[in-house]
Amino acid sequence: MTQQHQQFDKISPDKFKIVGVRTDESEKLADKSVSFWKEVMLRFSQNKLAIVGIIILIIVVLMAIFVPVFSPYSYREQLGIYNAPPSAAHWFGTDDLGRDIFVRVWQGARISLFIGITAAIIDLIIGVLWGSISGLAGGRVDNIMMRIADILSAVPYLLVVIILLVVLKPGLIPMIIALSITGWVNMARIVRGQVLSIKSQEFVLAARTLGANTWHLIIRHLVPNALGAILVTMTLTIPSAIFTESFLSYLGLGVPQPTASWGTMASEGNKALTSAPWRLFFPALFISLTIFAFNAVGDGLRDALDPKLRK
Amino acid sequence: MKKKNFLLLTLLLALSVVLAACNFGGEEEDKSASKEKDGEGSKEINLVIASEPPSLHPGLATDSTSGVILQNVFEGLTTRKDGEIQNAAAEDVKISDDQLTYTFTLRDSKWSNGDAVTASDFEYAWKWALNPANASEYASILYPIKGAQAYNLGEGSEEDLGIKVVDEKTLEVTLENPTPYFLELTAFKTYFPIHKATAEANDTWYAEAGETYVTNGPFKLTDWQHGGSVTLEKSENYWDAKNVALNKVNISMVESETTTVTMFDAGEIDFLGAPFGTVALDAIDRYNEEGILNIEPYSAIYWYKFNTTGEFTSNVNIRKALTLAVDRQGLIENITKGEQTPALGMVPNAVEGFEDATGYFEDNDIEGAKAALEAGMKELGISDPSEIEIGISINTSEAHSAIAQHIQESWVKNLGINVTIDNSEWQVFLDKLTALDFDTARMGWIADYNDAYSFLEQFDSAENGNNDTGWENAEYASLLQQSAKETDPAKRIELLKQAEKIAMTEFPVAPIYYYTNLSVKKDYVENMAPDQLGNVYLKYVDIKK
Amino acid sequence: MLKYIFKRLVYILIALYIIVTATFFLIQLAPGSPFASERDFPPQIEAQLNAKYGLDNPWYVQYKDYLIDTVTFDFGESMKYKGRSTNDIIAESFPISLTLGIEAMLISVGLGILLGVIAALYHNRFPDYLSSTIAVLGISVPSFILAGLMQYFLAFKLDLFPVSGWKGFSYSILPATAIAITHAGFIAKLTRSSMLEQSSSDYVKMARAKGLGKWTTVFKHTLRNALLPVVTYLGPLTAGVVTGSFIIEQIFAIPGLGKHFVTSITNRDYTVIMGTTVFYSIILLFAVLIVDILYSVIDPRIKLKGAKK
Repeated sequence: MTQQHQQFDKISPDKFKIVGVRTDESEKLADKSVSFWKEVMLRFSQNKLAIVGIIILIIVVLMAIFVPVFSPYSYREQLGIYNAPPSAAHWFGTDDLGRDIFVRVWQGARISLFIGITAAIIDLIIGVLWGSISGLAGGRVDNIMMRIADILSAVPYLLVVIILLVVLKPGLIPMIIALSITGWVNMARIVRGQVLSIKSQEFVLAARTLGANTWHLIIRHLVPNALGAILVTMTLTIPSAIFTESFLSYLGLGVPQPTASWGTMASEGNKALTSAPWRLFFPALFISLTIFAFNAVGDGLRDALDPKLRK
Repeated sequence: MKKKNFLLLTLLLALSVVLAACNFGGEEEDKSASKEKDGEGSKEINLVIASEPPSLHPGLATDSTSGVILQNVFEGLTTRKDGEIQNAAAEDVKISDDQLTYTFTLRDSKWSNGDAVTASDFEYAWKWALNPANASEYASILYPIKGAQAYNLGEGSEEDLGIKVVDEKTLEVTLENPTPYFLELTAFKTYFPIHKATAEANDTWYAEAGETYVTNGPFKLTDWQHGGSVTLEKSENYWDAKNVALNKVNISMVESETTTVTMFDAGEIDFLGAPFGTVALDAIDRYNEEGILNIEPYSAIYWYKFNTTGEFTSNVNIRKALTLAVDRQGLIENITKGEQTPALGMVPNAVEGFEDATGYFEDNDIEGAKAALEAGMKELGISDPSEIEIGISINTSEAHSAIAQHIQESWVKNLGINVTIDNSEWQVFLDKLTALDFDTARMGWIADYNDAYSFLEQFDSAENGNNDTGWENAEYASLLQQSAKETDPAKRIELLKQAEKIAMTEFPVAPIYYYTNLSVKKDYVENMAPDQLGNVYLKYVDIKK
Repeated sequence: MLKYIFKRLVYILIALYIIVTATFFLIQLAPGSPFASERDFPPQIEAQLNAKYGLDNPWYVQYKDYLIDTVTFDFGESMKYKGRSTNDIIAESFPISLTLGIEAMLISVGLGILLGVIAALYHNRFPDYLSSTIAVLGISVPSFILAGLMQYFLAFKLDLFPVSGWKGFSYSILPATAIAITHAGFIAKLTRSSMLEQSSSDYVKMARAKGLGKWTTVFKHTLRNALLPVVTYLGPLTAGVVTGSFIIEQIFAIPGLGKHFVTSITNRDYTVIMGTTVFYSIILLFAVLIVDILYSVIDPRIKLKGAKK
């Protein structure tokens, strides 16, 4: 690699002349640009697994919206039938306090989906920006930005949450804050790694030579090429947010009882594994199903958007 | 070249695994060896405790995990058997007529290193715990001794303590007040002796098993893998060694209740139940059906403390309404499941003199609660119950949370008030309790000595560190003081009952239930059950395979 | 390279200083005390306890003491476990967590890369669906549920493994697997995704055109370049895994270091909090450094000094 540089050094600079930035031509596509999204849509809709994922997600969202409204029971009502197995009256059985698990699962879906998706979006925004700026800038900026990320993941998280609780009242917003403090670090590290690898490739060099600015580089070149890793990281963020929520609820940061969430239902149900397995099974099933759906959609999107697979 | 790098890395990893594997070498053989011994019918028992014991120093230990180990490796002047107090290290006790002087005559007994147990060992241990420089958190249990409180708080001197070594075998103790439960106290861990010579020679004698850990009880501590396990072996120097059946006690530290249940089911442990682990809530029904669940009364109460300075809970009638509108029987049958007794007073039936106490109010008295709520609202100038907001504070745990949600539902449904649950981490919870930053908070109280005074004393003034309600009552306090001076046991209990009655008309606390101790054991384990204070003395336990 | 490493070491020291400082102030701000207990004791005794552990000093004196502790690597006596030094606690429990952690890392890396490569090679065909489903299951079933299930069915019902404890290799299999599965799932997804990106690269097409077999291409060319995001993830992950997992240690009753990260905080055991935090920080910071060095080993195009203008 150094040889190359030496070769370049030998070329006298006065053989070049500055022609100025040609924004209009720097990204000119040979193809018509409208066809891009069409093509993405087309390729996405050909992916059966991705379509299944979309359908599952739609069903889960609809159930989360409507079941708690139309159910004959409320999520907090104690019916006096304790730890009953699934039956015609209670499709998913009842829990230790005699509450209908079916309605609790869908009530919990509201909270867990909200937390999972919000946390994923926040992680995505901060992580991608942080990682790509750090990777692109390199040198001291990179070093400082990444050490800040290291510091955040090394300071005892539990202590931070305890302090956060002193300052804020428990609820969804502090929960999202707590999840976002360190959640993006992983994303930033992975994006930075990808950027480091991509930025030395020829097409980035070409874009730079053509005068593309940093923002342009990040959005048009780096992010699309790191998309695979970004989407995969996002699919991990959602379940980890759902389960971190149950841990934060444990500390008193989450939504107050008797409100349910998938994470708390699963971790409480886990203790009843032998005596009332349905208390674990149903929340865990819907967590897995939702994560599966997100993954399928993510993979489909990735394939559809992959600039290299594009013809 | 790059491939080589990769290979190197893999090799390095593999190597480190091999090296690291040394960490679990060795002991596996141990296990098979012990299994062989089992076959020969050796007297060995396997148990669990929930965590690493924070301190195995009798003067520093504050928690029940440390307590259960200490009780079996040390022995006080007295001990308990089948719930009764018996002489142990003391052969004879003489009590003066005014009940203020106790003269203990020690029996010939030996420390695990062969030295004789002397009166100065007791003197040393007690004075050590009381010495303010040692900052013993449980020193207050020694306060019945004359001058102890003053010395411990830095206001008196060591010379004025009522602890006197008459000779090697005689210890004379003078008390501040007649304390009818003093012989209960001498069975408590803070009253255990310490081998003076070892302790003086080595500051941290209690931090590891081994030569420095000198004990006078039926067992000695032979191994302590921090965070992993504790091993006790029969002490041949113990004075009553011929009556100790067990040769070896293997205690693993297992925190997860689900895991301990599986271990019991898999036969990895022989007994499960406080203080050796806990029978998990979800296993109670099954053990009950199998007919192996053993339920013992326990001198302990679960109650909801009221903040009597709170916006709504400052009103007696509101507190009364909340206390009455709890379905204790339903809670016990469906949620706590351990055949606990609904608590309608403050002193458990397991306490002497309170066996037949029936309580001061009716369980789940919704009509009474509604009437009290009406009265309370009138006093507070509130027209609609939905204006009342009550927060239930709990420290996070599945059991507390289930109980809180049950009570919450009952209050919301029957009284029409708003109830929220505020769960926090233990330390934060304690902070809120002390700062009276709550409306009602769950708390448990387990007696250190089996006497009603243990339950009532904390409410003698709002300043009392264990009060946590802001409630005080002059008459209540004076009744407690009278009881402390009273030498006639029957009269004393009568005074305590009168005090309890006052508290149960003002409701600084809503009693919920009196605990029980649940345990399961394998058929071949004999004489193993916790007493009213939740102690298990392994001295009496036998294995018959 | 040496100059780069030296520079990084300076940054590591600065980061460590900030971590210690931040942790110190978090401890100061957190409600609770190491001596708080259900049973109250007189304020005089509390004052004695505070004096004994230097907690009665003004904050700047305590701060100075903590800095000295950190520099000398002597964090003092635990406030909860009487007579036990923080260094002893770490020295006893870390080797156990390290053993378990390395085992878990081997499982997750091995399984993860294998699943990922299979999925990428048979893109959108049955093996891809199968291995992707396994990976997604791994990601979405958290370790505590998996651990509980394995303990109940494999250890208890089938009696294949011991239920809990730490007395030999057989005791480590279930906990290591429980730790590994989530990470394996994630590594599989990452590998699959970046393998797919690489497989459309010119050099891969070239290699295939040269007549190299599918698998040979994978191992000789694609995998190395595809591993970059995996390596990024592995660095911090290794730091986390070898220092132990609280939940897994709790379920399988393993006397590892992981539980001290949590219990020291819930106990407000200040000295142990500081000791474990510094210990973890050092491992993490070096793991991240190693990752950066590995970058240039895996992909020579990456220059560590950053972009040349």
